[in-house]
Parts: sequence; structure tokens; C-alpha cells
Amino acid sequence: MAVGSRTKLKHPGKLGYSFTRHLRERFIELLLFLAALFSVGITIAIVVMLVKESLIFFQHVSIWEFLTGTQWTPLFDDAKYGILPLLSGTLVSSMVALLVAIPLGTIIAIYLSEFAPFSVREVAKPFLELLGGVPTIVYGYFALLFVTPILQIIFPELPGFNLLSAGLVMGIMIIPYVSSLTEDAMRAVPMNLREGSYAMGATRLQTAVRVVMPAAFSGIAAAYILGISRAVGETMVVAIAAGMQPNFTWNPMEPAATITAYIVQVSLGDLPHGSVGYQTIFAAGLTLLLLTLVFNIIGHLLRKYYREIY
Amino acid sequence: MKTEKNIKEIRRMIARHKRWDLIFLVTGIFALMIAVLTFVALFAQMVIDGMPRLTWDFFISFPSRHPESAGILSAWVGTTLVMLVTAFSAVPLGIGAGIYLEEYAAKNIFTEIIEINVTNLAGVPSIIYGLLALGLFVYQLGFGQSILAAGLALALLILPIVIVATREAIRSIPVTIREGAYALGATKWQTVSDHILPYSSAGILTGVIIGLARAIGETAPIITIGALTFIAFLPPSPVKSEFPFISFEWLEAPFTVMPIQMFNWVSRPEEEFQFNAAAAGLILVVMTLTMNGLAIYLRYRMRKNIKW
Repeated sequence: MAVGSRTKLKHPGKLGYSFTRHLRERFIELLLFLAALFSVGITIAIVVMLVKESLIFFQHVSIWEFLTGTQWTPLFDDAKYGILPLLSGTLVSSMVALLVAIPLGTIIAIYLSEFAPFSVREVAKPFLELLGGVPTIVYGYFALLFVTPILQIIFPELPGFNLLSAGLVMGIMIIPYVSSLTEDAMRAVPMNLREGSYAMGATRLQTAVRVVMPAAFSGIAAAYILGISRAVGETMVVAIAAGMQPNFTWNPMEPAATITAYIVQVSLGDLPHGSVGYQTIFAAGLTLLLLTLVFNIIGHLLRKYYREIY
Repeated sequence: MKTEKNIKEIRRMIARHKRWDLIFLVTGIFALMIAVLTFVALFAQMVIDGMPRLTWDFFISFPSRHPESAGILSAWVGTTLVMLVTAFSAVPLGIGAGIYLEEYAAKNIFTEIIEINVTNLAGVPSIIYGLLALGLFVYQLGFGQSILAAGLALALLILPIVIVATREAIRSIPVTIREGAYALGATKWQTVSDHILPYSSAGILTGVIIGLARAIGETAPIITIGALTFIAFLPPSPVKSEFPFISFEWLEAPFTVMPIQMFNWVSRPEEEFQFNAAAAGLILVVMTLTMNGLAIYLRYRMRKNIKW
């Protein structure tokens, strides 16, 4: 630009500068920033809310009793506040679910990523995605009125509400999460690793299990962890199919309540705001959140240590 | 002699490995079939039990103590209104946050915290959102057990889905588009609103649809905020005959939604109510499948049509 023309400008040195335009740009950026910040606000609100109500709860009940008590009867006259029965119900149903979801999900992922022809993958992937979109309450109905009667033919003494059927259906429900993330991780492994393996005379299965899976380990671990969090936090399937009676057991053939089912049970009743019963669901929720947090941290560490960079 | 034996052994080994390959192939197809057949069984069960109940009356009747005259009028109206609140709060917030993280945010610790936070929020069990809504919206802010509280609870739940979808859609736009806009003197916001948003709209829409499909089927958070299961009336109409013609009274009304209605029927001991539950479940499944199918179709078309 010629030096002489600059003097004629309104804002010397700031060609095309407009104050209102600048202000609008900053204002919009601020709005967008606040939207992003809002998500952090949600996390803080969750933690504050759960901790605040739980603190009041732990003024009535000692943490030791809460963690070691084997009876959970907060709504009875003779109230007992031991979380272990709810914890055992949660862990047993999650274990059953994971015993279904992790092997099947992994096999499906290996099949789709390493074996299946393009056309099968193009159809199977969206189908699995649809399966993951079915509302959980529908799976609950299916567990109670389809899977339990079938299981009762095999095990005649199985009660109508049981952790087994809830866990099995939950496992099927989680398969799409496990398989799609595992497959994504495996497909992200560069082709030349596979080519190297094939060149050494390995079969597809050997390549998949010994080359691709170790290389994709961090992604596969993330998929498993997500599956675990889903199983632990799943609510409606267990609330419908496993019954809502707290029961300290490790036997999947028995009815039992999970942490989530207990929260549902209390919410269905009419508990006054501020009562101990009202605070129990926040203490139970905090336990659940910490449980999923532990799994997420493990997953994060696994990913950090085993991350392969190409 | 020795080499011949070796060759034989190697051939056997190769045959064995190939056999395992085949066995796994069959196992893989079998595993996929288990998932497929479960879905078929689930759908068939819903159709067989629920189809006879799917009459016009079922859609325009209130719940009732008599299973054969009970319907889902209050449930589907409730679901529609709750979804309105959810969409109107989660979509702008989610897209805004996505744009900020992708286009504006500087690479610093603060941005990283927001990013990790969004990932973690997606893994929080839905019932925890219900507890948050119960404590915050229902009691602290005094919204009560209303459509507003339920809609906001579900909005928080699907916010991470919308944010992630927005970011992915924006990330797929090549940087040359931005450089072109800047070269012509566009400001950041002009670039975003005139180029980035229109080009990523299909991807964002996909995410929004998937999020809303998830919200329609969510039961746990709505039970937690204490929604009533027996509602035999409709919320006040949003349209009024006198000025200003629009009313927001419905936001504060008690309500029920489809999954809650279904849960209520499943928990009843009488078998006839199970058929109602199946009918409601069938509608829910068809609705969520249609929405998810639409999203998958949109994504498929996008992938095929857009070549940068």
C-alpha cells in the first residue's frame, strides 16, 4: 500500500477495522465459549449435588456401616444401610453381561474387521448400530417375558426375577458398543503390519490375534471399559427383570437389586424431600459414579501405557 | 528322506492353521447371528403381543385401570413436549460448544479439560443425570416434577452426543475452505456461519437425530425426577385463542412419557397390561429405529456425495 494513502484513512494502521464488527465477533466468541464451559458446569453440578446430599446422609450413617453392612433396608422401621447387597447385585449382573458382551463383541469385531467381505460389513455395521439404539426398557421387557421363560425351561427352579436373564440381555445390548469400538481400533492399525504378517505366511486368524489385536490394544481396552461402564450403570433391564429386592448374593440365579434398581424403586415411591430415604439415593448414586470413575481411570491408564503410535 | 518328512509336516501345519481360520470364520458369523437373531426375537415378541392392541383408540385414550380401554394419549403428548424442550436446549448449546472447541479454542490446558470432560460425561450412567435433575431442577430451582425438568435432564444427557457429532462434522471440512473465506476478508464468525455451519449441517443433523432417539427411549432419569405414571389429562395447550396466542404453561405441567407408561404396564401383574406394554414398546422401537435409520442413511449419503 502506498504510504500517502494511509493518512486519508479514518483509523490509521487499521485497514478495514470496524469497532462494531469487532465487538460482535468477541460477543459471539464469548457465547460459544460459555456453551463449551457449560459442559464443565454439568460435571461440577453432578459432583456437588451427589456429594452434598451424601454428606448429610453420612451424618446419620457411618461410612464404615455403609461400606461393610450386609443389609440394605433403608425404608424399613429398623433401617440398615449396608451397600454390599446393592454392590453384589450390580457386580453379578455386570459380570454376566460382560461374559456375553466381551467375547461375542470381540469375535464380531475381528470377523468384521479382518474376515468379512466389504458387502457384509456395509450391512452389519449399521445393523449393529440400530441394535444399540433400541430403548433399554424394551430390552427389559424382552428379558422378563421372553428370556426368563426360556431359561426356566432349562433351569426349572429359576425364579421369575433373576440376575441371570437381566445380565444376559444386558450383554446382548452392550455387544454393539464393544464390537464397533473394537472394530474401529483394529481397522486403524496400518495395512502394512498385516501385509508383513501375511508375507511371513500367517493366516488371517494368526494375523488378527497376534498382530492386529496387540497393535490395537489401547483402543480395544477403551471399548471394554465403555462396555463395563454401560453394564454397571444400566438401569431399566435390571429394574424390570432382576426384581428390586436387595439381596446379598453372588449367585446369578437369584433375584437381587442393583444400585440403579434401588434408585428407581425409591423414585417410584413418594419419599419426602430431605428425608434420609431421599438422601440414600444420592449416596447410592455417588457410589455408582465412583465405580464408573474407577473403571474409566483404569481405561485411561491402560490406553496411556499401551498406546502404539505409527 | 528328511526333507520330505519336513515338507509333510509343514503341509500338515498349514492345513491345521487353515482349519482354524475356517473355524473362526464360522464362529464369527455365528456370533453375528446371535446378535441378529436376538433382535429378530425381540421385534417378533413385540409384534405378536402388541400388534392386536395397536388400534386408533390406543393412541387417543388415556391410561385406565381396564387394560382393554387404556391408551397412550398422555404418554405420546408428553414425549413430544419433553422432546421439544430437550431439542431446544441441547441443540444450540451442543453446536455452540462444538464450534468453540473446533474453531475458536486455543490449544491449552483449559481446552483440554473441556475435551476430557465431554468424553467423560458421555460415560456417566443416565440415572446419575436423573439424580442431578432431581436435586437441581426439581428442588433447587423449583421446577417441580414438570415437563421442563424432564426435558432439561434429557438435554444434559444428550449434550455430549451433539457436541461430539458437531466436532466430527466440522473437522471433516478441509482447511482450504477457511483459508478461502479469510482470504476474501471474512471474519471468523462470517466464515463459521456462512461456510463451516452449512457444510457440516448434515453431519450435525445426524448427531442431533441420534441424540433425540436416545432421549426418547430413556426411562431412568425421568423416573428419578419423579414423573407420575398415571396421568389421565393433557398438559395445557401451547396455543391460545387470545393474545399472545402462545402459552408456556405446559412447561410446568405434570406429565408422563412413552417409556414410563410402558414401565408402568410391565410392572403390573395382570397379563393384559403386558400386551399394552408390548404395543407401547413396539411404537418406541419403531420410532427409535426410524430415527437411527434416518441418521445412518444421512451419513451414508453424505459420505457418497461430498468429495472435497
